[in-house]
Amino acid sequence: MTTKSNPALRRVLHCALLSLAVFALAGAGDPASRFHDLGHQLMCICSCNQVLLECNHVGCPDSDSMRNELQAAITRGDSDSLVQQAFVQKYGPTVLAAPTGTGFDRTAWIMPFVVLILGFGLVIYVVRLWKNRPAPAIADGLSPLRGAELEQFRDQARKETDL
Amino acid sequence: MAQIGSFALLIALALSVYSFAAGIVALVLRNPVPDGRAQRGVKAVDHSSDSFWSFLLAGLRQSSDRIAETARRAGLMVFVAVLLAAAVLVIAAFNNDFRIAYIFHHSNRDLDAKYKFATLWSGQEGSLVFWSLLLSGYAFVLRLRYKTDPRLFAYASVVLAAVQIFFLSLVNFAANPFGLLEGPLRADGSGLNPLLQYTEMVIHPPMLYLGYVGTTVPFAFALGALIMKYPGDKWIHITRRWTMVTWGLLTCGIFLGAHWAYSVLGWGGYWGWDPVENASLMPWLFGTAFLHSVMMQEKRGMLKVWNMWLVFGSFWLSIWGTFLTRSGIISSVHAFAQSSIGVWFAYFLAVIAAVFLFFYIKNREHLRTEHKLESLISRESSFLFNNLLFVLLCFTVAWGTWFPKISELVQGNKVTVGAPFYNRVAIPVALLLLILTAIGPLLAWRKTSFESLKRNFAWPTAGAVVVAIFLMLTPPSWGGPFGLRPWKDISYFYSLMAISLAVLVTLTIASEFYRGGKVISGHTGQGMFASMVQLTHRNTRRYGGYIVHFGAVVIIIGMAGAAFNQEKEQEMSYGDKMYIGGYTLVCRSYTDEEIPNYASEWAVLDVYKNDKQIGTLTPERRFYKASNQASTLPFIRSTINEDLYIVYEGLNQDTGHPILKAHVNPLVMWIWLGVWLMLLGTGLALVPNAPAQVRVPAPRLVEHPAPVATGD
Repeated sequence: MTTKSNPALRRVLHCALLSLAVFALAGAGDPASRFHDLGHQLMCICSCNQVLLECNHVGCPDSDSMRNELQAAITRGDSDSLVQQAFVQKYGPTVLAAPTGTGFDRTAWIMPFVVLILGFGLVIYVVRLWKNRPAPAIADGLSPLRGAELEQFRDQARKETDL
Repeated sequence: MAQIGSFALLIALALSVYSFAAGIVALVLRNPVPDGRAQRGVKAVDHSSDSFWSFLLAGLRQSSDRIAETARRAGLMVFVAVLLAAAVLVIAAFNNDFRIAYIFHHSNRDLDAKYKFATLWSGQEGSLVFWSLLLSGYAFVLRLRYKTDPRLFAYASVVLAAVQIFFLSLVNFAANPFGLLEGPLRADGSGLNPLLQYTEMVIHPPMLYLGYVGTTVPFAFALGALIMKYPGDKWIHITRRWTMVTWGLLTCGIFLGAHWAYSVLGWGGYWGWDPVENASLMPWLFGTAFLHSVMMQEKRGMLKVWNMWLVFGSFWLSIWGTFLTRSGIISSVHAFAQSSIGVWFAYFLAVIAAVFLFFYIKNREHLRTEHKLESLISRESSFLFNNLLFVLLCFTVAWGTWFPKISELVQGNKVTVGAPFYNRVAIPVALLLLILTAIGPLLAWRKTSFESLKRNFAWPTAGAVVVAIFLMLTPPSWGGPFGLRPWKDISYFYSLMAISLAVLVTLTIASEFYRGGKVISGHTGQGMFASMVQLTHRNTRRYGGYIVHFGAVVIIIGMAGAAFNQEKEQEMSYGDKMYIGGYTLVCRSYTDEEIPNYASEWAVLDVYKNDKQIGTLTPERRFYKASNQASTLPFIRSTINEDLYIVYEGLNQDTGHPILKAHVNPLVMWIWLGVWLMLLGTGLALVPNAPAQVRVPAPRLVEHPAPVATGD
């Protein structure tokens, strides 16, 4: 509504979004950072169980050649997914440091967030349930404290006990 | 020698069985019989009043106390017997008794004395003896302190005896450390794994095991209380203290392991999300959740069922972790032993779960409480969300650990679940936990007004925002964590969030100390620091807990530094230079050395910063002769800002020059400082509260004033 009435502001917002996009994508196509990122998404297959770029065995039979392959693929201009596919075809799915986002592998990513959402739902339900429970009955002749008077007593109790 | 050890283990098992059986008999005889059953019992006795059995039963009932005492003493003697077995194993290592297969496989003549001692827990069989020793040690202390609550302790003692029977059966029948080698006597042993020949390995496993094994004690109390329908909440106070001790030891063990990995494995990191590491994290997460939610039970009588399950979960997960690392079911870079004993653990896990479930279903009515919350903005609801996040983190770790196996079962091929998975899934949850850690202490029990929350939260939030803006605006040339541009990389975003939230938590903790100190200072006229000390002493659990929180945020700041890690690998000859992160490394020399236990190669590097020499580093690589294995010894130059971490990777066979890898890891020292703070806070929380004078208006002068203790 504001942008409609103010074209200058709209232009500023567009510029800000564009700048943000440029910042976000800055360095994404840089071969060195691609090598670093992809190298940390692949595992060395020498059974050291380490990320490819962190395998530190001198004389490791695999990591040097794998790094060279990765470097060659990046130099050729292969996309990230193409590089990953090539490694999976050659070394098997365990070469990827994390499950992919396709097929059954997707459940690995989804499940923690599903549990998080369900958990939050459950806790909110429980809190509402406990909050809406009726207060215990009070003996005849007594009237429960409410409002400012109750708050005053609570504050006093906290001051005296909650050190 | 081996026979003495074997015999001691057998005796220990027999004593455990007796302690268990006699303990149950004593408890059954001692328990009052319900009315209906008592009448039926009386009739039965009437019909056969002079029978031998009724006489025996009556006699046994009268002597139930004596039976219980024999069970307790047998339990105490288990410790002595297992200690003897462990001592025999250590003596055999020092005597180079290579007739014993375990000693042959895990020691050698030239092994340093401290590692010969560590042989006890370096392999499958010995580590199980060590586990049994610690378990019987805990049980020993518990059985000595039985007067605290004889009936509850008697139940807990029986549960402990049952667990002891399992572990002692393992070392007697499935993984006996005193098995002898056939054939001629070997001249030397195969040696200890080189990765374990590091001073910290003498401390790390005992600490971790103390933590793991310690979870048995709270479980024993919880199950005992459940079985006996313990009246009141005393058991939860006892359990909470034991859990704090166990939790502190587990924390110490986990971080010693991280420090060992950092100092020995040579990849520049301290946590690799390996199944073995995950196995230690899971009971810790459950234990942490319990230490928070137990306050709900103590303060408000809520979450009795949930707490019972958390205590059970911590214990079950510690056994499950052991099952993971010893069964070979999950492949791990440092699962130190794989064998058929996994089946034993699988059955044991099933039995524990079945027993707990049985008694839970049978006696769950006893745990029923009326829960009532007054407001969503209250300490109670923050604990509920806190527990959710801890349990969710535990689920995430367990899910990631098991997913390769699940994938294999479902789609026929294994996948790797490594650091990228955990970083993407666990970090957002950990950040949510940090937010709760900041808000939680500011929330009052029952209800907090929005205004008071706003008032208490405004300054810490402003402080955190200022720090975040400062970190974003400073130039990257200042080094990590300055020059944080969250839009450049997701790791920078996480790092900025983590540091800002850590500042928020720190400021809320500081404000809590300040406000409490101000009240005491106003009453007593003392200085602020003295008032804060007094404040802490009056409520050690609460303020010790805050120090634990502070330690945790210091650790998180240290971990946030990982976003700025740099690394470089280079072959270096005499005088060659390597430039990394403002440092210049100059290769002064490289050489090799031969000593009885190992051969070593190492380089001498001069380190310069701003053209000024600041030190000399000697990274090393060793080749252990007995085991035919190599190991790196990175040289780490630690400062509060960053670590310079140099790894001697080996010699290039073509040129004869060493290949060195340098890492600059910002803020790593903060992690180790944070651990000390956490341990300090835990220790403080275990100290009894100081008595505080409470003024009560009295109609006349009190002649003998008596101090009273404050609550938590």
